[in-house]
Formats: sequence, C-alpha cells, structure tokens
Amino acid sequence: MDELRELYQSVILDHNKKPRNFREPSGANRVSEGHNPLCGDHVVVHLVLEDDVVKDVGFQGEGCAISTASASLMTEAIKGRPVREVKDLFERFHALVTSRPSEGVDAADLGKLSVFTGVREFPMRVKCATLCWHTLCAALDGGGEQVTTE
Amino acid sequence: MTFDAERARKDFPILSRTVHGKPLVFLDSAASAQKPQPVIDAISHFYATDYANIHRGVYELSLRATEEVEGARRKVARFIGADPHEIVLVRNATEAINLVAATYGREHVREGDEVLITHMEHHANIVPWQRLCEERGAALRVAPIDDRGQLILEAFEALLTPRTRIAAVTHVSNALGSVNPIDEIVRLAHARGIPVLVDGAQAVPHGRVDVRELDCDFYAFSGHKLFGPSGIGVLYGKAAQLAAMPPYMGGGEMILSVSFEKTIYKEPPYRFEAGTPDIAGAVGLGAAIDYLEAQDLDAVAAHERALLAYASEALTLVPGLRLIGTAEHKASAISFVMDGVHPHDIGTILDREGIALRTGHHCAQPVMQRFGIPATARASLALYNTRADVDALVSGLHEVREVFA
Repeated sequence: MDELRELYQSVILDHNKKPRNFREPSGANRVSEGHNPLCGDHVVVHLVLEDDVVKDVGFQGEGCAISTASASLMTEAIKGRPVREVKDLFERFHALVTSRPSEGVDAADLGKLSVFTGVREFPMRVKCATLCWHTLCAALDGGGEQVTTE
Repeated sequence: MTFDAERARKDFPILSRTVHGKPLVFLDSAASAQKPQPVIDAISHFYATDYANIHRGVYELSLRATEEVEGARRKVARFIGADPHEIVLVRNATEAINLVAATYGREHVREGDEVLITHMEHHANIVPWQRLCEERGAALRVAPIDDRGQLILEAFEALLTPRTRIAAVTHVSNALGSVNPIDEIVRLAHARGIPVLVDGAQAVPHGRVDVRELDCDFYAFSGHKLFGPSGIGVLYGKAAQLAAMPPYMGGGEMILSVSFEKTIYKEPPYRFEAGTPDIAGAVGLGAAIDYLEAQDLDAVAAHERALLAYASEALTLVPGLRLIGTAEHKASAISFVMDGVHPHDIGTILDREGIALRTGHHCAQPVMQRFGIPATARASLALYNTRADVDALVSGLHEVREVFA
C-alpha cells in the first residue's frame, strides 16, 4: 500500500483531475503526437518555440493518471525555458524513473517532477510517465512524426 | 450436479501462490488460462520418457511420439465433434485464421469481392482479412453491433451479398463477452452459399462446442486458453473445404514427394503442417482435453454462468462503475470503466492486492471506438474462479475509489 501511496501522490492525483495547459496554445509552431499502443494512451504536445526557447506549451489527449499528470507537470516545468535546459531536464527525469530504487538517483533538482519517483517501483508504468516527454522531444526536433512507446 | 470449483482450484498449483504478499486472484483467463497439474505432468513426463521428432524415424521413440501427437489430434476431434483428419494443428487461433485467409481466401477472393466480419472481432479476425482484401482489391464489410454489444443480425444478413466470399465471426467476444448465435449466422450465410469461419478462442473453454451442430466451415481456437500450453492451437475445417485448399507454408512433413520440377503435397491435415510442430504442446493440449472431459462440462458452464451473473451484479453496485457489454447472452468476460479512473490505474492498484485482470483495448480497438472509450478493465472467469475472487475484486475496486477519491 505504501508504494501505491508513493505512486499516486496528491500532486499527481490533482494534476490528473485538473490538468494544466490542457489546450492548444495560440501561435503554436511545433506539434507532435505520441501513442502507447499497449494501453491506448494518446497525447499531442503543442509548442510555441521562439529563438530556441519554449515560449508556450500545451497538451491534449487521453491516458491514465500517471500519463496525464506527467504531461501536465511537464508543461509547467518547461514553459519559458531554453530547449537545451528542457532536454537536460528530460534526461534527468528519464534517469530518475528508470533507475532502480537502490541506485539512489537524486530527484532533488527536479523540483515538482520529483513526485514521479514512485514510478520506478512500477516498471510497467514507466512508459506512462515518459510518453509525453518523448513526444515533446519529437516536437522540439521538428515534429510531424508519430512517436510510439514500442 | 453442481461443479465444485474449490476442488478444481486444487488442480491448478499456481492458484495457491501469493502476489505482493496477497493470495493470487486470477481474473485474466480470457488472455490465457492457468494450467492444471495433469497438463504440467503430461508435458514433463513426455519429455522425460517419449520425446523424439514425429513422422520421421522407424525407431521406437519416434513412433511413440507420433502416436502421442495423433492421439492428441483424435482427442481434439472428439472434443468438438469432428473427424481427426479435419483437425489441423497450428500455433494458435491467430495462425488458424491466417491459414484460412492465406489459402481459402487467396483461392476465392478476387477484385470486387467482399469478406464479412463483425464489429466485435479481435484483431486476429480483422487484420488477416484486411490484408487479404488489400492484396486482392476486395472490400472488408463490417456488421454492426448494438449498444449492448450484440451483433445486429438483420444488418449482418443484409451484408451477405452475391460478392461475399466468406464470413468470419467470433463465437464469443473477448472484449465484451457477447455470445454470437453461430447456428443462425451459419444458416443465413449457407442459404447464400457463403462459408463461415468461427473464431472460437473464447468459446471452447466455457462450454460444449460441436462443430457439426454449428455446421460452420472453419473453427479456430488456441490451446493456451483451454488450460493447455501456449504454442499449440487448432484449425477445424470441413473435410471437403480442406481438401480443396492449397498448402499454407511449404516445407518438410507436408509433402509426399519433392523434386526440383514438382512437389506433391500430402492430404489434409498434413498438407497444412509444414515443419516440426510443437510436439509436446500437442501432448499438453491432449492432456488439457482429458482434464476437461473428466469434468461435467454442463455443470462447469452452469457454475460460470452463475458466477458471471453474481459478478455483474456486484460490480454494478460499485459507485461510478459502468459495464461495457451487457448482451443478453454472455460468457466469461466482464469489461468495465470507472468514472474518473483510467483502466490502467485500476489495473495497477488491483495488482498490489494480488488481483490479476486485464486493462487496455484487448486487441479489439474497433470495439473501444464503438463505445467511445480508449480502454476498459476486464475481469474474465474460468472454471476455477469462485465468489471469493469476485468479492476480492469488488473490495479492490473500493480501494481504487479511495485512492482516487
């Protein structure tokens, strides 16, 4: 039960219920679509990219609590940041959720994204947390291509 | 006679294990059923005592292995009311359907022709026909289902046209549990000279199936859903249909003679069984059928019917839960969704309670689209499930409600 509470923290449940930036921002100039064929999760990430900075970001789609909250928190974490920082953030986030608990990967500098630490206890759910990030990267790299977790 | 599920549970060793410290509650038999001890024993005994390749050597072991596989073929035939030479051993129901599409289908479906399926098919009974139709310039027609998940029979009948070359229909829907009126479907199709393939993967584990009574032309099912091992499945084909069909794969075992100029093929069913098959798998399937035939199958069906009714009622009482698929005639599967909770999250929380159930689209995405949902959670019942399993599921779902309160 403790592991479940760790997975479904109140921040995650809140972002699942009321996803932030759940919209297509006006002036979006990059878009990408992500899909997890195993569970049917589907996410579209829209970006307003100017001078290598994420001016605005929004997402749409449907998925489980983990994937919805992850997309919501991702949009909050990357808005206003340079692409270089965003990619670095993704790498650290990815390292956190795919690490073994015993490896002691540090979540301290991930801010709110550290609520996903519990995901590493649930290997089947890692793709739920990372789908939106893979989709984001595809959008940053030009967009258009469909991303899948498989 | 009532069926004693508690006693049957003791035959399945895996059911006594724990998962995450909780007793296993296995509610995913529609994906694959667990194996009784006699099946496990038959496979290991066969490997330990009689194993060799079949139809090859003149030596004792090869003869014994051949006899074991042919014995399994005879058991399958008797189990569904067919003749042994009408039983093609394949890997699974998927391969059985692909075999018919690639042989019968390619022989008969031409440009402008039609293949008729239903909206409730598993991808295994959609994609092979779609590929065939694309290759041939034919059209795939889909008979609609109603809001309860039942085939609309009048619409199905209206879609049987002079261009329809084959109808492929599931016996029991894996995602909705709906049972199709196969006898009626076959009667309608045969009245127009159209053969019928039945996907029986979800039907054979839950009651008697007699292919002569159904009068279908082809019947496909998997061994692993029938308490046998994975890797072995069955295609039944009427003798006259099989005899007229070209081979599926080419290779050893399916030929009478080979020269570089010409190859002469064996008669069915061997014409369709190229290469070394899953020998021990066939032995395991035979043992699974022995196990089932030792039960009172009508009592098993009655037990499962009563449990399905109990589960459907109990689930309906969970706040915010909605059943997907409420056909009048159902078997085994109960799909549902919960307000505000994605099926994937339901699955994770239940798993921590030791409850194994399936979440997702169940390889039936058109069904999900029909009901306007991305996925469902699905509990599926088999002969070893009891009211205690259903009660554990219901209490697990209250737990889900609590987490997502």
